[in-house]
Amino acid sequence: MTVAEAPAATGKAAAAISQKPQRSTISDGSTRRSRTVRYVLLLLFLLFVLTPVYVVVITSFKTSSDTTAAAQWSLPETWTLEPWRKAWDVLQPYMVRSLSLAIPAAVISSLIGSANGFVLARWRFPGSNLVFALILFGMFIPYQAVMLPLRQTFQDLDVTRGVPTLIIAHVIYGLPICTLIFRNYYATVVPNEIIESARVDGAGLVQTYLRIILPISISGFVVTLIWQFTSVWNDFLFALFLTQQNNGPVTLGLAALSGGQKVDYAASMAGALITSFPTLLVYILLGRWFIGGLMAGALKG
Amino acid sequence: MHGRIRTWGPGALVLLPTVLLLGYFVYGLIAWTFNTSLTDKHNARPVPTNHVGLDNYVNLFGEERFLNSLKNLGVLTVAFIVGTLIFGVLWALLLEKGVAGESIFRSVFLFPMAISMIASGVVWGWLLNPSQGDEARGLNRLFSILHLNFLENPWWTAGSRWTTMASIALPAVWQLSGYIMALFLAGFRGIPPELREAARVDGASEFKLYRYVLFPQLSPIALSALIILGHMSLKLFDLIYAITGPNQFRTEVPSVYLWNTLLSSDMAKAAAIAIVLLAVVAVLVIPYVAYTVRQETEE
Repeated sequence: MTVAEAPAATGKAAAAISQKPQRSTISDGSTRRSRTVRYVLLLLFLLFVLTPVYVVVITSFKTSSDTTAAAQWSLPETWTLEPWRKAWDVLQPYMVRSLSLAIPAAVISSLIGSANGFVLARWRFPGSNLVFALILFGMFIPYQAVMLPLRQTFQDLDVTRGVPTLIIAHVIYGLPICTLIFRNYYATVVPNEIIESARVDGAGLVQTYLRIILPISISGFVVTLIWQFTSVWNDFLFALFLTQQNNGPVTLGLAALSGGQKVDYAASMAGALITSFPTLLVYILLGRWFIGGLMAGALKG
Repeated sequence: MHGRIRTWGPGALVLLPTVLLLGYFVYGLIAWTFNTSLTDKHNARPVPTNHVGLDNYVNLFGEERFLNSLKNLGVLTVAFIVGTLIFGVLWALLLEKGVAGESIFRSVFLFPMAISMIASGVVWGWLLNPSQGDEARGLNRLFSILHLNFLENPWWTAGSRWTTMASIALPAVWQLSGYIMALFLAGFRGIPPELREAARVDGASEFKLYRYVLFPQLSPIALSALIILGHMSLKLFDLIYAITGPNQFRTEVPSVYLWNTLLSSDMAKAAAIAIVLLAVVAVLVIPYVAYTVRQETEE
């Protein structure tokens, strides 16, 4: 699965979560003991979440003789970069392909999604509800239900297998979520008066969009770009069905590196870290917006 | 008439490419898959195929392997949803009143979501090593280091359907609990503080405050969470592929079975599995979509 299907949110939801809780003038019901218990629990859960990270990181610096069962949770006897070098040698061409695929796919689907979202948020036309419902449902379908004929369609149209097929597929199947994110964004964030004033001036739909809407859509774009980049980067299903080892993205590369009979664990852990690096970087740098994307739709208004 | 077209015409024109693309690539291709599932295209040979009605579906539901994959999916979905909700809601409860270092906790709890299921599957496949005792690896080794040997277990490689699929759900719970935490945290913070104060002034205990005042406010969020988690679980593929490999009867779910069927070039059967999968997801999602659209219209 990709996490891409989780519906979309606006800046509002992102803001809601980072809001400080309002302090009550009356006791908030917590005693010193309950606060201590809360911290202990939180720290335990923190350890639970970080445990895999610890063992992955230390293993990625181990020599192959060092990865015995007994020493698995100990720090490396001798630290080595060899697993990283080995993983990088395998993954490097896949990384290039993933980058050259995720960036255009994210940009194109965001642009179309923004135009769609604007129209759906502001213009009622006969059947607009049906169109909205059909777009929304498109977000949830299991892609297996279209995968076989999709492969056939790409063959019939003679689309080059690899990056081009994946860009087209991710743009098309990313349209529902991008449209929904922008629709919510324009419906809640952009004041109606701005659009109304533009229309009074006699500006048409296209001019309203280009001159007024696009410039104030930056935060919407950050959300969809991050969202699409992450889900395209992390996608495995389309990659598996539509590409091969010699033209596929980094998720296929990692599966190859860590599959087979004789697995080099240190190298596959280094590989898991290398493949996760771009999305983790996005998450660390733009975490607030990342959360915004996760929220979309799940939280209304 | 002319005036009406001027009003909604340009908007419809903007939407037209998307409508056409989704019309073909979502709904057209679903129809194509459905059509394939009604034929006898069971191999790669380019021979003409015949329509066989619902035969492929009848065969599927009479087949031990497919029923096994459906049962696995059911158990996986329950384990995944229950686990993720427990952790997610608990974390949100622990954080919602505000604690020092909240943003650190939040970021750590949420970060697994940024990682691909393949990468986390590679890691968890290795953590869920079934060896025990002296040869114990992965989490089992950690348990023995912590003198918690009784926790050592064969994970997904032996035991009942429940323990098997719960082992598969564990990494998914690890990955998505933070998301549920974020949803509920935003929900708690969106509740007007007056509600809490009023309840406290009335002398409600903390338990009653949550039970009768706060949680009822969050039911729309709980519904969204259920739908999101449910449809994710029904489609889960990457994680199982990475942890157990695609060819494991014990952990096979329909999406994995479909892939295996495709490898043997049985297009008609693969298509039938795909349509069953779609139907299961649709049962969950269509009421939600209808509800969302109706709400939007009322606004």
